[in-house]
Amino acid sequence: MAKESTLKNMLLTLSIVTLAASTFLGMVYAVTKGPIEEAMIQKTNSAIMQVVPEFTNDPSSDKLLVDLSGKSYWVYPAKNGDNLVGLAVESSSSGFGGRISLMVGFSSDGTIYDISVLSHTETPGLGDKIESSKSNFSVQFKGTNPDEFKILVKKDGGDVDAITASTITSRAYCDAVRIAYEVFKQYLNDNK
Amino acid sequence: MGKLNIITKGILKENPIFVLLLGMCPTLGTTTSAINGMGMGLATMFVLIMSNIVISLISSLIPSKVRIPSYIVVIASFVTILQLVMQAYLPGLYDTLGLFIPLIVVNCIVLGRAEAFASKNSIVDSALDGIGIGVGFTLGLTVLGAVRELLGSGALFGFKFIQGDGMLVFILAPGAFIALGYLLVLFNKYKAKL
Repeated sequence: MAKESTLKNMLLTLSIVTLAASTFLGMVYAVTKGPIEEAMIQKTNSAIMQVVPEFTNDPSSDKLLVDLSGKSYWVYPAKNGDNLVGLAVESSSSGFGGRISLMVGFSSDGTIYDISVLSHTETPGLGDKIESSKSNFSVQFKGTNPDEFKILVKKDGGDVDAITASTITSRAYCDAVRIAYEVFKQYLNDNK
Repeated sequence: MGKLNIITKGILKENPIFVLLLGMCPTLGTTTSAINGMGMGLATMFVLIMSNIVISLISSLIPSKVRIPSYIVVIASFVTILQLVMQAYLPGLYDTLGLFIPLIVVNCIVLGRAEAFASKNSIVDSALDGIGIGVGFTLGLTVLGAVRELLGSGALFGFKFIQGDGMLVFILAPGAFIALGYLLVLFNKYKAKL
């Protein structure tokens, strides 16, 4: 059975075990690094595809950072030829269970084309209704212009119907959409 | 002990969820739907089998006073490998389970089997024990997930039976305890008759 424990063999064993484990992990990391990055890019790309009108360029290679009140946000311009047809903005805010990050797509005139949830940790069955596959919550934003359609839940004096029993989540979602709209305006300003 | 016996005891006599009551954190946390439960169960099964094999292989070389840290390093390595591989090749599943994968490291069922079984038995027996306990864990999680999904959102494996919501409490944390409690009663009643 187990060996007697002396300082020397304990030190030796632990060093060998950790060294072997880290070598092995390093190998696995090297192998999976490429596919993981690809999967991430693919995820972003499919989110962009979903939230902006048809485009001919490659938005993820044209992406750039836009600064807004001290923070930077990634924007992905969708272009048809040289015309800007839409802009996908990656924004996030603090929800009920953690960060909610969204990909908000605008048409070139500033109306919201569609919104896709990139990641969230909201309560399953309640807050996760922000995902378009789980409920119609996100549909009400489609085709609205944040200048006329006030992106605030009705409880706060806006026009958005909150998810029942998930007001905090709905508020965070609205915050992220509003930030995205500010970023969109900033982008237009910067690129006049 | 027969080889078959090692597998079946993990499913019935020593079912990790309904009898040993080990690994409750992922049990209660991930079982909001049958698919999630099953994914978590399979992930844990992979770690259980691999860590059981490796630990049974190296246990005679490890001084007893540092065996726990060594086992944890082995288990954590397999969990990280699983996480990286899942992230690379199954991003969809990773999105739903990602949060809970690192928790497999501290799942007491994995360390429990390493300490109680793998360190004292042969490689083949340890692998079989990993399979048995893993299947038992997966079945338990799937059943619990199915019950919660059925009551909580009126669906099973993602197919909806009713419009709108079910009893939401079963999706939330309290529902996990309630459902687990009743399943425990049923399981033990049935087991006593065997």
